[in-house]
Amino acid sequence: MRQIYDPMEFQPGMEQIDTTIYDAVIAARGNYEPAAYTKTQVKIALEKESLSRSDFAALLSPAADPYLEQMAIRAKAEREKHFGKNVLLFTPLYISNYCENQCVYCGFNCKNKITRCKLNAEEIEAEMKAIAQTGMREILLLTGESRSISGPEYIADAVRIARKYFSTIGLEVYPMNTGEYTMLRDAGADFVTVFQEIYDSERYGQLHLAGAKRCFPYRVCTQERALKGGMRGVGFGVLLGLSDFRRDMYATAIHAELLQKKYPQAEIALSFPRLRPYKNHEKANPNDVHERQLLQMMLACRMFLPYAGFTISTRERADFRDHVLPLAATKISAGVNVGIGGHSNTDEQKGDAQFEISDPRSLAEIHATIAAHGLQPVYTDYINTNAL
Amino acid sequence: MQKKSDPFILGGKAFHSRFILGSGKFSLQLIRDVMEYGGSEIATIALRRAGKNSPENILDFLPENLTLLPNTSGARNAEEAVRIARLSRALGCGDFVKIEVIPDSKYLLPDNTETIRTTEILANEGFYVLPYMYPDLIAARHLVDAGAAAIMPLGAPIGSNKGLRTKDFIQILIDEINLPIIVDAGIGAPSQACEAMEMGAAAVMANTAVATAQNAAQMAKAFRLAIEAGRCAYLAKLGRILEHGAEASSPLTGFLHD
Repeated sequence: MRQIYDPMEFQPGMEQIDTTIYDAVIAARGNYEPAAYTKTQVKIALEKESLSRSDFAALLSPAADPYLEQMAIRAKAEREKHFGKNVLLFTPLYISNYCENQCVYCGFNCKNKITRCKLNAEEIEAEMKAIAQTGMREILLLTGESRSISGPEYIADAVRIARKYFSTIGLEVYPMNTGEYTMLRDAGADFVTVFQEIYDSERYGQLHLAGAKRCFPYRVCTQERALKGGMRGVGFGVLLGLSDFRRDMYATAIHAELLQKKYPQAEIALSFPRLRPYKNHEKANPNDVHERQLLQMMLACRMFLPYAGFTISTRERADFRDHVLPLAATKISAGVNVGIGGHSNTDEQKGDAQFEISDPRSLAEIHATIAAHGLQPVYTDYINTNAL
Repeated sequence: MQKKSDPFILGGKAFHSRFILGSGKFSLQLIRDVMEYGGSEIATIALRRAGKNSPENILDFLPENLTLLPNTSGARNAEEAVRIARLSRALGCGDFVKIEVIPDSKYLLPDNTETIRTTEILANEGFYVLPYMYPDLIAARHLVDAGAAAIMPLGAPIGSNKGLRTKDFIQILIDEINLPIIVDAGIGAPSQACEAMEMGAAAVMANTAVATAQNAAQMAKAFRLAIEAGRCAYLAKLGRILEHGAEASSPLTGFLHD
């Protein structure tokens, strides 16, 4: 029988770091009342060249809903200033789907009876070769969260193989300690993304029933540990719709803002995964995130964090992804196969997927669509100088 | 007439055009048209984007007679910038290098101290070094001592299109530094490029303003004409401009004639 920890309790082996940023983020979320903002505050925010926190809060609020077009115009201008016509391309590669967490909304939940699998070094290399042959130069390595089966050294080995084929390597794996991030950086990893899912500790505890992920403060402090460990950049995300999505989005952006202030070199990235609302229940739940709300979140964040890279998820349909690229998003995945082992072996994948994707287009198809929109597909935007 | 008598000398090479095009924010399909309409003979390229194995490599889209100005964007300190510059040379991108050392992901402002260090190392290795810098006279003097081939002060933050917000400090560099001063970053409109040239800048670099125009090729042409006009005005020597209104009707020194 596994010990079940309190969500606020650090489990054995978990590093504790300074909580200044953690405290500020949690306080900011607690103080944000989306319903308190007015149209007047939204209009004032739309006139500002650089947004204060309260301007941003207004743009995230329900009061801003009628102003999406104006927000889109502003967001597009900010996107162009910082990123021009560029759209970065990457492919995610799932190398293991073993997981020790029990997250009630997730397909990898350790209680779920799915086909589990972990690729060995040869299989990882075969997958990477297949992806690299499409022309892709940036890869995002993903695992389920199992420290015992896909440990840090296993991930480091995968990174070292990836170095042979890719110019940029991101990790989306379980949170680790600072020293482990340094070890992964030395192996060749560049970026770390961890989704917080929600910033409300109470609800967090209700949704994350067991496993290392149950520790709320350890997860919130992950990006800072990654930066202290020497990673070049960090990515953030909440699963919009798990809780009050406006508050969670606000906390995410404040978290990113504070870390960039403390670590000015850090490259900041945001993702916007959402729980898709059920059809025919459009007004059932104020936490539902329809495309309109998702777009509002992205536009407000683009105006507040104009320098941050935004990834548009493959969970979204192709038309939505294409249209959000010139307005807010700067990065898009292509040639996605979220099962395990599906890149090199097209007949049969070895392990089940975490979720269903809505945009199965190949790299060539996505490249052509981006170019047709007058944007520039970018395959590499980074030189790892440690490797030179 | 101007083209024959007024070459822009950089790293021992003579150029006709004083419009340096940044290529980092373009749709590559447009870049040949933009180069042609803009008349640019020098274009920057970000080494980090010049991936050999990518389906689209910027080097394949640039005209062959162009002088490449590879930059070290992505570098956050001198060591990283030096490594990227050496890679550039190894890839056959020539001896010109634009130093960008940017340890700030929000405003993309350069680190002058690390830029000076980088310049010294690379100039000693025979590079023609063009450092991108915050317009500070003392730092610019250090860059001269370090062996820079030109100085590239910013007009405003990269991509901001705000124009010559650092105008007074750029003028000091133009007046005091005996190297070409190339205004880089923040130039958002041809009129601003013209103003920089009137001040005596040797050349102007632009990227975002052209890349994000509705008609990039037309905008490149507008920049070319504005830069030529500004250069012409500089050479023609502007007439006296009174900063604070007209002359006093009763001369303040009139008593000397009494």
